[in-house]
Amino acid sequence: MYEFEFARPTSLAEALAALKAEDAQPLAGGQTLIPTLKQRLASPSVLVSLSAIEELKGVRREGDTLCIGAATTHAEVAREAAAHYPALAALAGGIGDPAVRNRGTIGGSLANNDPAACYPAAVLASGATVVTNAREIAADDFFQGLFTTALEEGEIITEVRFPIPQAANYQKFEQPASLFALVGVFVARFADGVRVAVTGASEEGVYRWESAEEALSKEFRPDALMGLRMNPANMIHDIHGTKEYRAHLVGVLTRRAVAAARG
Amino acid sequence: MAQVSMTVNGKPVTGEVEGRTLLVDFLRNGLGLTGTHVGCDTSQCGACVVHVDGRAVKSCTMLALEAEGAEVKTIEGMANPDGSLSVIQQAFQDHHGLQCGFCTPGMVMSAAALLAENPKPTEAEIRHYLDGNLCRCTGYHNIVKAILAASGQDVSIAAE
Ligand SMILES: Cc1cc2nc3c(=O)[nH]c(=O)nc-3n(C[C@H](O)[C@H](O)[C@H](O)COP(=O)(O)OP(=O)(O)OC[C@H]3O[C@@H](n4cnc5c(N)ncnc54)[C@H](O)[C@@H]3O)c2cc1C
Ligand code: FES
Ligand code: FES
Repeated sequence: MYEFEFARPTSLAEALAALKAEDAQPLAGGQTLIPTLKQRLASPSVLVSLSAIEELKGVRREGDTLCIGAATTHAEVAREAAAHYPALAALAGGIGDPAVRNRGTIGGSLANNDPAACYPAAVLASGATVVTNAREIAADDFFQGLFTTALEEGEIITEVRFPIPQAANYQKFEQPASLFALVGVFVARFADGVRVAVTGASEEGVYRWESAEEALSKEFRPDALMGLRMNPANMIHDIHGTKEYRAHLVGVLTRRAVAAARG
Repeated sequence: MAQVSMTVNGKPVTGEVEGRTLLVDFLRNGLGLTGTHVGCDTSQCGACVVHVDGRAVKSCTMLALEAEGAEVKTIEGMANPDGSLSVIQQAFQDHHGLQCGFCTPGMVMSAAALLAENPKPTEAEIRHYLDGNLCRCTGYHNIVKAILAASGQDVSIAAE
């Protein structure tokens, strides 16, 4: 790791002030950023830790919306969202391993937008709102391709607001070495339609499978997807799976998610 | 350099660290607690697992300064006060849950965190909980047996 200074503010206002320094960067759980620093792929001047800022933590329900502070760990979401949004809690409880879940946070995962990460699928399928210190960003506008988001320099996520669906499920086909999703599909059914988001599969990052959404909005059954195929053209191709394999998995996992969401 | 203070295995400690000093480096080089191991550079092997405020974390993936004011427990803090092995450690010995021993400190700390949360885990729950602890020697079966035994359960239910 290159040298950097370290700050651990206790309020959002202090954190934002510290982030004004040139090449300052927020540190959340460090489960992505610390390995990146070890490889010398990042060289911040100051790391501004979010771990002591209580106002960025916690799970709270407001009517039909579940609000999760950006610095809430995966383990906390797994425990505290279970009674409100079980599919989201199960997703959080399936990220990485227990030690990763005890440090890693929802804000860090979304800001990072790894093409194989789990949370982006939940945020996009739920039509959640990403709240920052400056504005509210709709999920459809937030994710902008591999490791790219709508966040501006120095802007930090403070909270994520999830509309709670009538039924939902996340199916993750785990890549056993990295523990990330080889492919993951999140299906969420709302009164006004179904949303389907796919992670791990596309070279453009998390995306909505619109033809599946249309079919499932008419009829919420696995059979409604018969005959629908994902085009493998833009799929990721690596030693863990070909484009065709990933395209096939998208269909299989979507059907499984619908079957599980129907209960 | 900055000063950091925390409680390690019940004792208050203070030391000088850089911003980039990892918790594992502070434990090993700063405090001489070399029981916590480093087995990878990618946050994947779990040899470095310690407890911070009662929760299992990878000490190679946490800055020492992030542990300011925390209660840290390492493998050196696991034995009974009279120096005899704790139930979990003894079960690893009895059931041959280790060969070279490199992964063992992390395995024992993860096992202790699991049993604190879930005192009678099933075999499947044990295997799932150890997702982030890699062992290159044992093939895991004897580790699973040791944890079943430490939780007072029949070890013969574990697959051979
Ligand atoms: C072994 C292992 C297995 C894993 N498995 C999975 C998995 O199965 N699924 C999965 O989804 N993820 C997985 N992860 C990644 C994990 O979920 C990380 O916790 C997550 O990607 C990053 O969150 P963090 O809180 O650790 O962020 P950090 O690593 O601290 O930060 C990541 C990035 O986000 C920025 N950032 C952090 N917080 C904010 C904020 N509030 N606002 C703006 N920017 C911010 C940082 O500056 C940095 O650029 C795994 C990681 C490891 C090490
Ligand atoms: S040393 Fe491998 S995970 Fe920490
Ligand atoms: S006993 Fe050698 S790595 Fe586990």
